[in-house]
Amino acid sequence: MTAGAEVATTELRTIDAIREALRAELAADDAVVILGEDVTVGGPFGATKGLAEAFGEDRVRNTPISEGTVVGLAVGAAAMGLRPIVEIMFIDFATLAMDQLINHAAKLRYMSGGQLSIPLTIRVQGGASGAFGAHHSQSLEAWFAHVPGLKVVAASTPADAYGLLRAAIADPDPVIVIEHRALYWGRGPVDTTEAGIVPIGRAVVRRPGRDVTLLSYSRMAQTALEAAERLATDGIEAEVIDLRSLQPLDVPTILDSVRRTRRAVVAHEAVVFGGLGAEIAATIGNELFDELAAPVERVGAPFAPVPAAPALEARYVPDAAAIADAARRAVGRASRNGRTA
Amino acid sequence: MEATYAEGMARGLRESLADDPRVFLMGQYFFGLTRHRSLTVELREAFPDRVWDPPIAEVGYVGTGIGAAISGLRPIVDVATASFIFQAFSQVVNEAANIRYMTGGQTAVPLVIHINHGVRGGGAAQHSHSPQAMLMNTPGLQIVTPSTPRDVRGLIRAAVESDDPVIWADHVRLFDVTGELPDEPETIPLGVADVKRRGRDVTIVATSLMVQRALAAAESLAADGIDAEVVDPRTIVPLDRVAILESVGRTHRLVVVDECHRSCGVGAEIAAIVAEEAFDELRAPIRRVVTEDVPIPFSRPLEEAVEPNEAKIVAAVRSIVEARRPVG
Amino acid sequence: MLPPIARSEQLSQLATMLRIRRFEEALIELAATHDVGHFHVYVGQEATGVPALALLGDGDVTYTTHRNHGHLIARGVDPARMLAEILGRSSGTNGGKGGTLHLASTAHGFPTTSSSVGGPLPIAVGSAFAFRELGLDRVSVCLFGDGALEEGAWHEAANIAALRQLPVIFLCENNSLEALGQKANEYPSSTLASARLVDLVTPFGIPTSVVDGTDAAAVHEAMTAAIERARGGGGPTFLEAQTVRWPGSRPLWPQLVTGRTEVPFAWDEAGIPEAHRTWIGGQDALLRYVRELVAAGVAHEDVVALDEAASAEMDAAVAFALESPFPATSAAYADVFGDPRVNAAVGPRPVGRPAAAEA
Repeated sequence: MTAGAEVATTELRTIDAIREALRAELAADDAVVILGEDVTVGGPFGATKGLAEAFGEDRVRNTPISEGTVVGLAVGAAAMGLRPIVEIMFIDFATLAMDQLINHAAKLRYMSGGQLSIPLTIRVQGGASGAFGAHHSQSLEAWFAHVPGLKVVAASTPADAYGLLRAAIADPDPVIVIEHRALYWGRGPVDTTEAGIVPIGRAVVRRPGRDVTLLSYSRMAQTALEAAERLATDGIEAEVIDLRSLQPLDVPTILDSVRRTRRAVVAHEAVVFGGLGAEIAATIGNELFDELAAPVERVGAPFAPVPAAPALEARYVPDAAAIADAARRAVGRASRNGRTA
Repeated sequence: MEATYAEGMARGLRESLADDPRVFLMGQYFFGLTRHRSLTVELREAFPDRVWDPPIAEVGYVGTGIGAAISGLRPIVDVATASFIFQAFSQVVNEAANIRYMTGGQTAVPLVIHINHGVRGGGAAQHSHSPQAMLMNTPGLQIVTPSTPRDVRGLIRAAVESDDPVIWADHVRLFDVTGELPDEPETIPLGVADVKRRGRDVTIVATSLMVQRALAAAESLAADGIDAEVVDPRTIVPLDRVAILESVGRTHRLVVVDECHRSCGVGAEIAAIVAEEAFDELRAPIRRVVTEDVPIPFSRPLEEAVEPNEAKIVAAVRSIVEARRPVG
Repeated sequence: MLPPIARSEQLSQLATMLRIRRFEEALIELAATHDVGHFHVYVGQEATGVPALALLGDGDVTYTTHRNHGHLIARGVDPARMLAEILGRSSGTNGGKGGTLHLASTAHGFPTTSSSVGGPLPIAVGSAFAFRELGLDRVSVCLFGDGALEEGAWHEAANIAALRQLPVIFLCENNSLEALGQKANEYPSSTLASARLVDLVTPFGIPTSVVDGTDAAAVHEAMTAAIERARGGGGPTFLEAQTVRWPGSRPLWPQLVTGRTEVPFAWDEAGIPEAHRTWIGGQDALLRYVRELVAAGVAHEDVVALDEAASAEMDAAVAFALESPFPATSAAYADVFGDPRVNAAVGPRPVGRPAAAEA
């Protein structure tokens, strides 16, 4: 960006959009602080690069390798009025902070009868990419979405990475911001003004269609768009919804779409069993029982840890063909009891 | 003989200790702080060298259990109140669950982790968790959720005999439940559901304490002429889909009752599976009777408002049986 | 100093150190053109792992970290199969499911490698727990870096080991000497308020020993005492082996910044490039060990011959790994559970959901 530019929209990589969101919130509110391993030099992927120089090491602080205690510290600081942003280097290491996240961050407002507010943002990155193996590649969003008191967002575009992160930092409650490291280098237009803030809880229709609804988020939302292109060549018009907010889910947008298309595929990189797809399928099944013309298809990872070998990793992560196949199954399905055509 | 659930637990533990010298108890709160806790004292007296009281160090002693399992013991580690498993989560989900897979099958972790889950009454937000949903989304863990004296005893045996980690989730409110306990030891295999009550109008799939509540609901529904079948999967992983689908194939209606929170809960997965696999069989939407998406409140009326109970089960069943009686 | 062992054993340890060095150098070169994920190397720490682990016997177990390659080679794991694993090939030690961060070889006493900082500490204590209960004369060794002491797991594991007087050895490889860490945009080093690592140990009553990790004799002596204590029922020991961080391990991804190791620099000081005189001339543990052997009368040619054998072995290992096929992708679904019936019954299906019949 040129200095003093009034231009609202600029072309950024996701990793830069994240940095600009952090910069904007650091500038807007002195209570915003960043905590994490190596954040003064940018962290492993450069998300915080330059922010320590710009805002000082009092506000962009390195921490020891002590995930549980750092999150606990941030909970305490948030309760006293700061708005901490904790970077946990890999989502897998959030497992070391689960007691603080689940037993404390998520519950203090409720347990205190509303006396406390915990405006805490946890940035984590994950996903299977780059042969990192079972300890550095997981997709754990369903865990966090299951915990009352936590909000969970996951962007698929630079604009949403910017807008959701700013909304998370401004939110009065703890928000888990899940980033996918394979998306960090992708470019896209970003509105770096207040207008670029994306409210938590709202999905977006990426592609309109009438035959089947593809529901996805994070990297898989891009894969779903790819699947929609393939389906279009077969004459199947898929509507693609990027959920963006996983807790709370934008149920009205989901139901509005499926009510029209009467078929749905949920696609995510996480393990299918017990995953977010189950929640969405159960909700649609309950709300739109009479409208559904086919069962909600779920596409995701098998019930296995993430393998390291690139060949196995590639098989583990669903691709556009898998989503398109699921959509074709849904479209080709005879309706329930032959009641509806 | 008639016995309490707690006696079934104690029998299962005692028989496992007696039959296999590798079995080792790490922890002493298997029965929580209930009146049954003296049963642990009896176990300790019978096997003084095979019960260890670890320090308050969940990461430390769960990790110790993993290493001990790798190196030849069959430890049963007691985390006690399920909410504390989050202290040990990195060891449970990153280590125990992954080791066999990461090592390409070289290293087994025959470990049992015991938790007391669920709303116990006045436990509030930090002592009332049901973490099964988060654990079921973790490939590599098996999860057992017994509901009767007989089942807990037989499932303990299967858990100890398994070469892979098992989460054994008890509900403190089951400890006083009574039921038949066979004289002879038995092993109930993982992944085999049990139909706790036969019925033709609706299937209620329920887990752990919710099986007892579902049975009570079935009785009151029977008084109104609704004949409910109650299916207890007994293990969440592996899940006996065949038994669930077979039942729904006959009743064409399903209510899932589980104590995990609604979003991404155990109930969601079971509902999703049945909605997919039995699409043509279903004649009504699948209802979930689960804990609402709020932390567990302390005050008794609030607590009862958010947890699944008999009245909610009855209402859910009625909503899909009566409203949709005529079907094609 | 050289460990007080037979000359043939000293030379055997040199051979192992050379094999580790050539392995890591080959890997760094391979990583430039192949997808191996994030990896960490053991350059400059050979004089800790090799003499220490040489003292272990059959049945003793070793838990290590992301910096694990040297430890596995030291205990006899085939470097070709390790490289194959790191390249994700079916012939790898873990069949491609682990990669560099999770190398395991149960036959050599490596049950699993955790790449979660602090993760292996309680697990190593657990193996010692089992050895004690089963009456086995075995020790459990946990290797970890200084950063692991920042995690709460250290305190829980040390407490349990001390309470139970378990046969476990905590071998902390502190490679943070002269590391600049994150301040210089380099690979992180520990950030502890405690000035000395052992101050985090002594309150548990665990005996400690701090040695120069480039001094093979000091490592040998300290480890010998620790193993005797463990086997004799004397409980755990904490050893800190201090090494200077290799300049090539300072970047986030290892680089051959000091070039491939020239073994003759051990006796040809004049040939050492000025830019790397500090490392090559004084800090490199491998060259220090060579110098000590040469001073004790070992011929240059014998050293060079061992080095050439090590290089040749690694050339072959690279070829083996590159020629090895990738695993059949169906392998991605195996080994979740030991019982194949459970694997099948679990229900969660591969991508794209085949028919209900599978249930």
